[in-house]
Amino acid sequence: MSFLSFFTRGRSAPVARDRLQVLLAHERALGGGADLAAVLQKEILAVIARHIAIDHDKVVVKLDRGERVSTLEIDIEMPEATLARH
Amino acid sequence: MSRVMVVTSGKGGVGKTTSSASLGAALAQAGQTVVVVDFDVGLRNLDLVMGAERRVVYDLVNVVQGDAKLPQALIRDKRIDTLSLLPASQTRDKDALTEEGVGRVIDDLREKFDWIVCDSPAGIDKGATLAMRFADLAVVVTNPEVSSVRDSDRIIGMLDSKTRRAERGEKLEKHLLLTRYDAARAARGDMMKVEDVLEILAIPLLGIIAESPDVLTASNVGCPITLHNPASAAARAYTEAARRLLGETIAITAPMERRGLMSRLFGRKAVVA
Ligand SMILES: Nc1ncnc2c1ncn2[C@@H]1O[C@H](COP(=O)(O)OP(=O)(O)OP(=O)(O)O)[C@@H](O)[C@H]1O
Ligand SMILES: [Mg+2]
Repeated sequence: MSFLSFFTRGRSAPVARDRLQVLLAHERALGGGADLAAVLQKEILAVIARHIAIDHDKVVVKLDRGERVSTLEIDIEMPEATLARH
Repeated sequence: MSRVMVVTSGKGGVGKTTSSASLGAALAQAGQTVVVVDFDVGLRNLDLVMGAERRVVYDLVNVVQGDAKLPQALIRDKRIDTLSLLPASQTRDKDALTEEGVGRVIDDLREKFDWIVCDSPAGIDKGATLAMRFADLAVVVTNPEVSSVRDSDRIIGMLDSKTRRAERGEKLEKHLLLTRYDAARAARGDMMKVEDVLEILAIPLLGIIAESPDVLTASNVGCPITLHNPASAAARAYTEAARRLLGETIAITAPMERRGLMSRLFGRKAVVA
């Protein structure tokens, strides 16, 4: 243990508590069911797939579960060719 | 050529997940592309140790069952972009995994990464056998303590019989990673000696990781210790172990007992780091 860490030690515990609180709040809300973000993502993609052909390998999904807000980011590549047909 | 490496132990709580994250990060820091795969279906923790728990959408089970594509389930580390995580499912159980499905995912991962690090669940049942099934090499995580050594021996036997390489008569490298090594207890003669463990298990030593509060701090903040506190003894030991995996020859030194400020001032022995 370095001289500095002697005085700053213990600071990681509150970080651990905060991370767990956010995570467990989300996990308990699920109660073993499917994650809302995953459900939303699936349904959103299904709607889009009705209009254009989606290459599922090119879909990027990013999620960030926050304390008050979560963000779901769905990145879909839409080639001009598939758009032009509309 | 990509390499599939299982981190296994038999016994629970010996440091598999910590070691998977730390070795994975250290390999990535050495310039390799790395994915760490959590095989502990139902009790995932690797996401938490790597600080990615808020970003999990899809998991290994979803990919095995075809509900998600591999790129959607992979989580790229925010601190080092050659490191990715494939999380385990929290809501399913191990029966959701099939050997063919896991084999397919591993083959796909081989296309994308230099290293595929498989964090095995404890035990010797399906989860553990699937985690080791496609391995090219194994890191056997052992604590210098009787029940851990015994379980490691059991796991070594399984590596020699239940893996695909073993069945095909191919070589499967096995390395011993001694973790939670307590230098103070070793000095007192209260802990099994490194030489004794090595003699019993008879596989080459990859490294010795000391019992250290720095490891706990790193997992509290969700960052592999080689990234969070690279100067710490544990991080250096993991980094050296990773370099040995990459073929370097570096002498292994047993962690020394360190005496803290207080014990130095008062001339009393205290167990520190
Ligand atoms: N070198 C170390 N020094 C101090 N604590 C450690 C060390 N290695 C691991 N630990 C702690 O031991 C506990 C178990 O570690 P870990 O989760 O990595 O074990 P595991 O083998 O993956 O467990 P399981 O069998 O449940 O999957 C954790 O609290 C971890 O922080
Ligand atoms: Mg674990």
